[in-house]
Amino acid sequence: MLTYVARRLIQGFVVLLAVSFICFIIFRYTGDPVVTLAGRYATFQEREEVRRAYGLDKPFYVQYVRFVINAARGRFGKSYVSRVPALGLILERLPATVELATSAIVISFCLGVGLGVLVSLKPYAARNRLIMAGSLFGISIPTFLTGILLIMIFAVYLGALPSFGRGETVNIGYWRTGFLTLSGISHLILPAFTLGMYQLAVLLRLTRAGMREILGEEYIKTAWSKGLPPRKVIFKHGLRNALIPVVTMTGLQFGELIAFSIVTETIFQWPGMGNLLLTSIYETDQPVIVTYIMLAALIILTINIVVDILYAFLNPKIRYD
Amino acid sequence: MTKRFFKSKIAYHYAHDPSAIVGSFLLLFFILAALLAPWIAPQNPYDLEKVSLSDFLKPPVWMEGSDPTFLLGTDDQGRGILSTILYGCRTSLTVGFGVVLIAGSFGIAMGLLAGYYGGLLDSVTMRLADSLFSFSTTLIAILMLGIFKQSGVLIVIVAICIADWVRYARTMRGSVLEVKEEAYITAAKATGAGDFRLLLKHLLPNAIPPIFVVLAVDLAVVIMLEATLSFLGVGVPLTEPSLGMMIAIGKNYVYAGKWWLVVFPGATLILLVAGINLFADWLREELNPKIEKQR
Repeated sequence: MLTYVARRLIQGFVVLLAVSFICFIIFRYTGDPVVTLAGRYATFQEREEVRRAYGLDKPFYVQYVRFVINAARGRFGKSYVSRVPALGLILERLPATVELATSAIVISFCLGVGLGVLVSLKPYAARNRLIMAGSLFGISIPTFLTGILLIMIFAVYLGALPSFGRGETVNIGYWRTGFLTLSGISHLILPAFTLGMYQLAVLLRLTRAGMREILGEEYIKTAWSKGLPPRKVIFKHGLRNALIPVVTMTGLQFGELIAFSIVTETIFQWPGMGNLLLTSIYETDQPVIVTYIMLAALIILTINIVVDILYAFLNPKIRYD
Repeated sequence: MTKRFFKSKIAYHYAHDPSAIVGSFLLLFFILAALLAPWIAPQNPYDLEKVSLSDFLKPPVWMEGSDPTFLLGTDDQGRGILSTILYGCRTSLTVGFGVVLIAGSFGIAMGLLAGYYGGLLDSVTMRLADSLFSFSTTLIAILMLGIFKQSGVLIVIVAICIADWVRYARTMRGSVLEVKEEAYITAAKATGAGDFRLLLKHLLPNAIPPIFVVLAVDLAVVIMLEATLSFLGVGVPLTEPSLGMMIAIGKNYVYAGKWWLVVFPGATLILLVAGINLFADWLREELNPKIEKQR
């Protein structure tokens, strides 16, 4: 087990190094950093000075090693646009994204698994066919369209919910939260459902498929004939076994969740990391983009490794050798 | 051969499954609409001589202030919504089928080789596949296109393919590992079949069925992804028609009550993708030996 954890950590580290190399290439070779740092109208001498001052005259590998060392210390340089350290700029917006993503995961997991179990019990009941039709709709509608349609219905037509920004927030130390005010919660509803909708449909279908296979197994029949209460048969004997692929999927979809938070944040002008990334892309703000990529990679890898290790603990059937 | 197909179990199941029929006809309908767009579209929305700014934001024909030339109304540039949708379907389907073809072939080849040879090739390919998969095709495509600031249908296809082949490679590898243990493979080896013959003649055809489901699902996912990229402004350029971009433009007029700019292209996108998903659902049940048809 310990060797497995160690190996996963080393693998994660290798991937992180690869990502840092790609980031370095982006930073160094898309757009000329010398021109960006010295200004468009700098003289030749001034450019040479900048080149030396930032070590851009050094050989390729020296520059890369320096990039990695600086990255490990959280120094990614200053944003070309706002002239403040890129990492600070992104970390300031981290809470908004984390709160949005967590809400979306909770919504999609609870509703997805709940409805999936419900549907699997009576697959041909009219109500459940309706839910399945809804889930087909759910996986056929891209996130950005969900967002716009929700805005059209709930913000424009009904005027019931706000459609942009985070509303009032409260600071707890460095963490700026929207969970504690009524306005914060109401601003969260539409974006969280937008981000969670696709995954909700995916998890619903996965749970239903898994439950359908498992409810036909012999040990479920045994459990029923023992006279166990339905609650026990369905949840303890059925769902527990059907849940394994669902949990794996939730973990694996985390990268997708980050990608779609970019889309959702743009539509709802949610002041998070994704919104900042897209603005930086439009403004060719390389340091912010690179920092975003490194941070996203770190988060995704950490989650994947944690899920893998938990998985190994929870499922003794799997042996790692 | 054709006669045999029509008498087969698959054809019988297909003909008795309404959702499979509806799904495949929806897809067929949009493919035809896209192919015939230059002939059936009322106007060419990307021919500047045919578009007049004075026609901007006209509502659909059944509403007041409409123009009978524009069945579904016009956008802010005076382009007919119906015509732009027809041309937009071409982009969606070109990207969709392009990615499925390129990423599919590459992924199948990689999965086949990794599964058959194993060893270093296998572990390197699969580690790479795992990493690309966890970063997700969407995130990689947004970053690639955003950073290199190139746009065009071909570039979008390439950017999506970079991570998308992984879906095919993983499925193919898993399938090859199962098939590899079958007796007929050992028999073929014993009769002296070379690697090349074994891979193409024995492993590929027997290991490929699970890929069909991946292919169908992926087509739907890629069409949505192209729309998403174009919506964000990193996909196809402004000069190309795209459903995603139409919706991005329409978004600016949502608060002004000009719903038709979003609703019609949005509905087209949903119907197209839902059609493919319906068909994929049927295919999945059909090819899954664990679920016996209960009808």
